[in-house]
Amino acid sequence: MINYINLAFKKSKKEKRPLLLTYTVAGDSTKQKSLEILRSISKYADICELGFPHNTPIADGGQIQTSAYRAIKNGIKTSDVFKIVKDFKKDKFSTPIILMGYYNLIYQFGENNFLNECKKSGVNGIIVVDLPWPENKKFALKCKRRNICFVQLISPTTSYDRAKKIIKDSHDMIYYISMLSTTGAKLKVSPSEIYKNYSKLKNINPKKNYVVGFGITEKSIKKLNFADGLVVGSAICKEITKSLKYRQNAVTNVSRIVMNLKKLIS
Amino acid sequence: MKLKKRKLLIDQHDKYGMWGGKFGGNFVPETLKKPIYDLEILFSKLRNNQKFLAERDKYFKDWVGAPTRFIKLNNLSNHIGGAQIWSKVVSDANGGAHKIYNASVHCLLAKEAGKKFIVGDTGAGYAGKMLSMAAKKFGLKCKIFMGAKDIKRQRPNVVAIKKNGAEVIPVYTGSQTLVDAVSECMRYWVANCDTTAMCVGSTVGPNIFVKICGWSTSQISRELIVQIKDKFGSIPKRLKLYNCVGGGSSSYGFWSEFIRYDKRQVELIGVEAGGPIKSKKHAAPLTYDSKIGVLHGAMQYVNQDKIGQIDETESISAGLDYPGVSPLHCFLKDLKRARYTAASDEQALNAYKLVTKFENLRPSLEPSHAFAVALNEAKGLSKNTIVVVNSCGDAIKDKNILKARLGKNYDKLY
Repeated sequence: MINYINLAFKKSKKEKRPLLLTYTVAGDSTKQKSLEILRSISKYADICELGFPHNTPIADGGQIQTSAYRAIKNGIKTSDVFKIVKDFKKDKFSTPIILMGYYNLIYQFGENNFLNECKKSGVNGIIVVDLPWPENKKFALKCKRRNICFVQLISPTTSYDRAKKIIKDSHDMIYYISMLSTTGAKLKVSPSEIYKNYSKLKNINPKKNYVVGFGITEKSIKKLNFADGLVVGSAICKEITKSLKYRQNAVTNVSRIVMNLKKLIS
Repeated sequence: MKLKKRKLLIDQHDKYGMWGGKFGGNFVPETLKKPIYDLEILFSKLRNNQKFLAERDKYFKDWVGAPTRFIKLNNLSNHIGGAQIWSKVVSDANGGAHKIYNASVHCLLAKEAGKKFIVGDTGAGYAGKMLSMAAKKFGLKCKIFMGAKDIKRQRPNVVAIKKNGAEVIPVYTGSQTLVDAVSECMRYWVANCDTTAMCVGSTVGPNIFVKICGWSTSQISRELIVQIKDKFGSIPKRLKLYNCVGGGSSSYGFWSEFIRYDKRQVELIGVEAGGPIKSKKHAAPLTYDSKIGVLHGAMQYVNQDKIGQIDETESISAGLDYPGVSPLHCFLKDLKRARYTAASDEQALNAYKLVTKFENLRPSLEPSHAFAVALNEAKGLSKNTIVVVNSCGDAIKDKNILKARLGKNYDKLY
C-alpha cells in the first residue's frame, strides 16, 4: 500500500528542503470556499492539514478560533469535512490530507465510524489535539490498521524519557510544538533553541519524520529550515480573516502566502 | 461499576484518571501533560504530609473561619410543615462562599511549587474573588478569566477581585460565560505553564483538578458530620442533603463524608439549573440526560449538539451556568448514589423570597435552586426527616439581578 505521507517526505528530502504543511479550517469561510482554498494552496503545499472545528478549543489561539467559529456558524458538520476531503482527492489524490481537531467530535461520530469515513474519503493522517499519549494508544492502533498515520505530538515540556516512549509508539510523522503557546502566537523562543530540542528528538530515532509547528510565519520560516517539515496555520487563517474584511479574494491571497512560504524554504 | 466504601470518591479512578472507566481522565494537549504530572506528584505528597495538613487546617480555622454554622430554620420548618429544615451556612466562610477552600489549597500548592503567578476561571465571580483573596494572602500575582456576560451580571464580585489586586481578563468568545472563561484560562496555562499555576474553579477539568477541588471542599462535610452527630447524637435515620450542582464543587464537598452511607439513610439530592421556564436552554446535563462527551479535559455528561459542539446554556445563576458537570457527579448518577433534578430560574427566585421572608439567611441564586427543591419536597416528609440545605453562597453578589427581578425592596421582603 502506498504511503503518501512518506512519499511527500522523500520528495522534499530529495529536493533538500523542508516539507511544507499548511493548516486551514474545513468550512472556513464556507464549505465551497475552503475546498477552493485547499485546491489552490496544494499547488505549493506538500501536505495539507484540514481542521475540523470545535467550539471549545483548549489549545488554539485567536486566529484559528476565529476561523473555527466562522466555519461552525456556516454550519460545518463532521460529515461535510469528509465530503471536502473526497472532493479534493478527486483530482489531487497524491497530496496527503491530515485531519486535525479535538477528540469530542471523533467520539460523537464514533471512533470506528470516523476512521472508516477517513479511509473512504482518502484521509492520510490524523492529529487529535487533546488525546495525548498513552491515552491515544488504542486509537492510534486503529489508525494504523487502516493505514492512516496517527501523528503524535511532542512539546517543550515533554521529558526525554516520555519523548522516547512517544516516538517508539509513533507512526511516520511526529509533530514538535516549537514553544509553550497556543497556536498563532509570536515565536518566543530562538530558532537555535528549537533546533537544539529538535535534534534531541531526531537523534532518538532519525528514521522518523519530524515537523515543527506553532509560531511559524513568512518572517520566521527560513530560520527553521533544518526541520523535516514546517507547519503554517494561523498565518493562513489570519489572511482569510483579512481578505473577508476587505472583501478581497481569499483564495488568491492565501495562495500567494503559501507560494511565498514555499519559495522561502526552497 | 461499584462504589468503594472505604476509599474517598476522588481516589476511586483508574490509572487513566477515569471514574467508573467512563468519566474524567486527562484529555489535554501534550504541553499540559508535564505540569499536570508535576501537580499530581506534589499533591499526592502533600496531602499526606502532616505539616502541610496542619497549615491547611490553620488557614481554614483562623482565616476562612471553620467551622461554618449548622442551623435549624425553625420558621421555615413551621411554615412548610413537613420535615425539619436545617442549613449548613457555608456562606459564613471568609469571602462569602465555599470557593475559598479550593482557592486556598491551590495557592498553598503553588507556593510549595515555587510558582509566583496563579490564574483561575470564574462564573459567578466567587471562585475569582476567593482566588484573588488567597493569592493576596499568600503573595502570588493573580489573573482571573471571566466571561464578559458574567462581568456585567456579577459586578460586586468583579469589584472585589480588582480590590484584591488581581487582574480581570474579560472573555468575549462563545457565550461569554463560565465555559468560555475556563477554555481561555486553560489556553493561557498552555502558554504559561512554566511559570504559572492554574486553579480550576470547580470539580471539573483534568483529573487532578477534580481531585484537588473535591479534597478541598470536603472540609464542608467533615465539619457537618461532626455537627450532625453533635446535634442528634448519631446520623439520623432519615437524612436528606440538598445542594445545587453547577460544576459540582460545593455538592461534592457537602456530601463527601456521607457517600459511604446507605442511600435509604442519607439521600443526596443535587439540584441543577433548569434555566428560564420559557427557554429550552438549561444547565442541567444530569437531569436532562445529556450525552457523554469531552469538555475541558474530562469525559462527562455535557450539553452538546449531535456532532459534539458544546451547547450554550442559560441560567439566572452564573455559578451554575455551565454545560458540563463534574465527573464525580456523573459517576454518582450512574451508581444511583445521588439523585439529580433541576429548578428553574423562577423557582429559584421564589425560594429566595421564601427563605429571606422567614429566616435571617440570604442564599445566593445558586443555593436558592437547592432550596427550591428542598422546600418543595420537605412538605410531604415526616417530622423526623432531617433536610439539610447547603447555603453555599451569599446573595450580595446577586443584588443587581434580584433588584431587577424582584423590585427595589427585594431584600426588605421580610
